Amino acid sequence: MENNLLNHGDTETLRKKILRAFLSPWFYRVLLWLAPILFLLAFFFLPLSRILILAFNTSAFTKTNFQLILSTLSFTFYQAALSTILTFVLGIPSAILFSRFDFRGKSLLRALTAVPFMLPTVVVAASFNAILGTRGIFSSLFPLSPEFTTSKTFYFLLILLAHVFYNTTIVIRIVGNALSRLDPKLEAAARSLGADSFHVWKNITLLLLRPSLLAAALLVFMFDFTSFGVILLLGGSNFSTLEVEIYLRVLKLPNMPLAALLSVIQLVFTLIFSIHYTRTINQVTTQTAPRFSLARSPKTTRERAFVITNYLLLITFFLLPLISLPIRSLTRLEADRGQRGEVQYGFTTDYYQELFINRRGSLFYVPPIQAAANSLGYASITVLLSLSLGYPAAYALAKPTRLEKFLDPLIMLPLGSSAVMLGLGFIISFGRSLASPWFVPIAHTLVALPFVIRTLQPALASIPERLRQAASTLGASPFRVWQTVDFPILSRATLGAATFAFTVSLGEFGATLLLTRPEYPTIPIAIQRFLSQPGGLNFGQAMAMATLLMLLTTLAILIIEKLRLPNSGEF
Amino acid sequence: MKRLAFCLLLFTLLLASCTPRPAEPQTISIMTHDSFAISEDIIKVFEAENDSKVSFIQSGDAGSMLNQAILTKDAPIADILFGVDNTFLSRALEADIFEAYDSSALTDIPDEFKLDPSNRALPVDYGDVCINYDKNYFAEKNLAIPQTFEDLAKPEYKGLLVVENPATSSPGLAFLLATRAHFGDGYLDYWKSLKANGTVVVDGWETAYYTNFSASSGKGAQTMVVSYASSPAAEVFFASEPLTDSPTASIVASGMCFRQIEFVGILKNSQNKVLAQKFVDFMLSRKFQEDMPLNMFVYPVNKNAKLPDVFVQFAQVAESPAVLSYSEIASNRDSWIEAWTAAMK
Repeated sequence: MENNLLNHGDTETLRKKILRAFLSPWFYRVLLWLAPILFLLAFFFLPLSRILILAFNTSAFTKTNFQLILSTLSFTFYQAALSTILTFVLGIPSAILFSRFDFRGKSLLRALTAVPFMLPTVVVAASFNAILGTRGIFSSLFPLSPEFTTSKTFYFLLILLAHVFYNTTIVIRIVGNALSRLDPKLEAAARSLGADSFHVWKNITLLLLRPSLLAAALLVFMFDFTSFGVILLLGGSNFSTLEVEIYLRVLKLPNMPLAALLSVIQLVFTLIFSIHYTRTINQVTTQTAPRFSLARSPKTTRERAFVITNYLLLITFFLLPLISLPIRSLTRLEADRGQRGEVQYGFTTDYYQELFINRRGSLFYVPPIQAAANSLGYASITVLLSLSLGYPAAYALAKPTRLEKFLDPLIMLPLGSSAVMLGLGFIISFGRSLASPWFVPIAHTLVALPFVIRTLQPALASIPERLRQAASTLGASPFRVWQTVDFPILSRATLGAATFAFTVSLGEFGATLLLTRPEYPTIPIAIQRFLSQPGGLNFGQAMAMATLLMLLTTLAILIIEKLRLPNSGEF
Repeated sequence: MKRLAFCLLLFTLLLASCTPRPAEPQTISIMTHDSFAISEDIIKVFEAENDSKVSFIQSGDAGSMLNQAILTKDAPIADILFGVDNTFLSRALEADIFEAYDSSALTDIPDEFKLDPSNRALPVDYGDVCINYDKNYFAEKNLAIPQTFEDLAKPEYKGLLVVENPATSSPGLAFLLATRAHFGDGYLDYWKSLKANGTVVVDGWETAYYTNFSASSGKGAQTMVVSYASSPAAEVFFASEPLTDSPTASIVASGMCFRQIEFVGILKNSQNKVLAQKFVDFMLSRKFQEDMPLNMFVYPVNKNAKLPDVFVQFAQVAESPAVLSYSEIASNRDSWIEAWTAAMK
């Protein structure tokens, strides 16, 4: 057989075979996936499996562990389900509000609802405290008894509230987009055939919305399921989810086999959710889209009442906690020691001025401007990295084959893996080289990538193949086709995706658990540093930094909103 | 001919790369926890004296840092590990990550701090975990300051104390250890009485101090918080307006505080042993020791080191802190924490 290869005719067929293989769609697909898959393998699957293999052994299978896993798992499911339901209670009316009505300040309000999603938990906890704390705005209006504010129920309520605060934007985006894409002719037709409002809603609207409702529910559920900071910071010591339990078993009450077992369980559930999510979200994008906006100003009294009530509700729920930080950062809240008694409130810009002073000549002190610059630098690299990895993947996903159906949920996995475990995996896999500042944007890219791909994919899928074919029949080179057909449609989606990556990196999810080079702190790290020592000045400066972060995030999100394609912006 | 010229060129290049260039300054890296801080000038002094570069790697809190050091024991990511305290000391020693070093600087350090007789871990600083209270509140209400653990369970202090979860917080663990030292096996009953008296438990120091404590900027509901004996000094040092007196003070009554001692050690398999030893000497020297208090709000162990004024005036030292041997802590810490978690659920 081998000798036959030397035969001239066979060489010819072999060459043809190779050529055909190179031109086959499969080869293109593999080429497209090469970079993203290699990235995920090197920085996610390999480090994670290394640490899991190292840590895992059968000693984890004991009765007490089993009970612990069962109770943790049931609480994780319970709080996630409850949080998801509550998020929908606020999210659905808001989705209707944003998709069906026009009103003043709409884009700003829409941006506001998205800001919490990008904020570090420390900041959210501080802003909740400013509202619900003993001297907060809410508590001075409706005094709560100390018995209640120290009870488990209160902590649980705080957790649920925080989850709603974080995730409502997902419902607004996914369901709201689907709503604004519903063909109004269908409803009108049903109505003219004699269906009443209820039946129209039940048989047309709800039916068409089902995939997007399911997709939003799954995503919200997944985020609540892997909740970590909220549970730890707002729940006191009363509750633990899988993610919290993994953190405890890795760092605080070391039991690596148990931690590994818990991680595997969490990964399996995340995978199940991701598979369901990617299946449903692909149904969402295939719905017919009207070419015009359905939103209009409210007309009837009922509509006006709906808009005003919702508007006020969203303002109170989102604006109040968010605005409390800038207010705190400008308020001196210190009792005047000369006249013991009432707390003196006063306006001050001290905290902002102090941000530029290194009082102790401390080695790791970097002026906040430098921390902001570091954050922006890391965020820019994250944008470049996640776009260059996300583009090929999104191209492949735009026309999914069996390969894509398999790979799609895998991209989502980093969102649901324990940051602590992954951090340890990084350490045993990369050792000393981890001190390189490059690992920060790499870790951020792991989190940003799913969002970037989800934003690019619908835009890519929306480009009609006919246009491309027409362009190439007219003699355009492949690059020219891309430049004239793809690029105009993609530029806005690209900017949207870039801004997503940018804000994800600014808010920095969990990557602080990796090694950090103290010379290059980011804004969240600087906030954490200020909060780790006593003194009014430290707290004030932390609030000032948080305000800075919030402003940057809000700006970025406003940009996304302005650039959003009417039928993209999916998660 | 050409080939010969090429060979000659290659040879000269090889030679050139072999000739000793002016030596690059050696780099020494120190792995430490996130709370570590020191003045830039101090490090520059060391760098100049030893013609070297000092680089720091911060890796989470003390527990997280130690875990990473143990995981990377065979190929250490640093030369020195600083920040293991007496509640973690056994874990570090059992994992055998340190190399013994009998520093000459140890002569200036009192024996009470030298917990490891073979000098694998050398003491650097200490701090007392005590209850801080809101001076204002107690003066206004004419309420006596509690002087024993038992006092804290009395009705007049109902709902006034916030503590950190020992499973997640190091001062929280220190306070649990102090109660364990005082009550022995009865500590869980005591904690149940605290719980009945409305003691609030939160995840970490930041939340306890800045959200729940009434004398901090958070203006919370609890007037007593588990913090450090040096915190009142920090309140003055970091006040928004110059203060003449601290708004807080510590309860330093006998047995109510737990002393945390932090250690430094040279990691086994370090590639810079000589320089690492020099750096350890430097950390124990007066210069470094006198710089620590205002950077980390801890006390120096070197008996010759002078304290800054704000420390002398407002920071307190517990006269007889709770005593538990580090080996006893090591063998029981996890079971104590788990029993505590079960009791407080």
